[in-house]
Amino acid sequence: MVLSVVALVSALGVVLSKNPVTSVLCLIVTFFTIAGHYIMMNAQFLAVVHIIVYAGAIMVLFLYVLMLMNLNADLEPQKRNWLKYAGAISGGALLVVLVAALRDASMPALSTNPTDIGLIKNLGMVLFKQYVVPFEVSSILFLSAMIGAVVIGKKE
Amino acid sequence: MPVQYYIFLSIALFCIGVMGVLMRRNAIIIFMCIELMLNAVNLLMVSFSKMWADAGRVDAGSAQLFVFFIMVVAAAEVAVGLAIITMVYRNTHSVDINILNRLKN
Repeated sequence: MVLSVVALVSALGVVLSKNPVTSVLCLIVTFFTIAGHYIMMNAQFLAVVHIIVYAGAIMVLFLYVLMLMNLNADLEPQKRNWLKYAGAISGGALLVVLVAALRDASMPALSTNPTDIGLIKNLGMVLFKQYVVPFEVSSILFLSAMIGAVVIGKKE
Repeated sequence: MPVQYYIFLSIALFCIGVMGVLMRRNAIIIFMCIELMLNAVNLLMVSFSKMWADAGRVDAGSAQLFVFFIMVVAAAEVAVGLAIITMVYRNTHSVDINILNRLKN
């Protein structure tokens, strides 16, 4: 419960903070709370991978780009406030619709006894037996993304 | 702990991400909100995986592997997207998406 409240508050901090670096730090806090939820649901491997990939790699990439661009100051013009209100209202309307649609759904309660399905041993068996082909395709995706990033980012 | 709790938490995180995409004009913050939305979906999928594991299904690990692949795609997407943002900043000296409404010049 505490984790969820922290997650929601820091997610709001991502959206509402004026300084982009503050947004990045709030997003890192959100990612750590989500990793805490993963651990609570016995998905230890995913929690570790989540922290390494998101907090360790992606957020560092974001921070590097922010520092390279020197965007610490707020560059957003303050005109067109009605667009902000329209965005907030439509996001809130989506929230209301989804909550109203799923409020009466009957779902079983999650048991607190641990499952070993999220351990790296079992997930590795599934990954390398059942999902070998998507795994290899993802390596090609990474290679092409790396080449694409270098090609786009290089100075001509 | 009922699984609705996780559904509503995911919905709230996803809607905060949607609000961020709609409200903010900074391209980097829009990217971060997209990451937030992906993570809301990941959280939901892990909770459903736990639900299925509690129900005794043997293939509940597939959902967690799907989350793993979503992380892979998100990492690749961030690499390319930040390269594009850097390129845009180099050309226009701004990351305001209102400038990008015309891609030519």
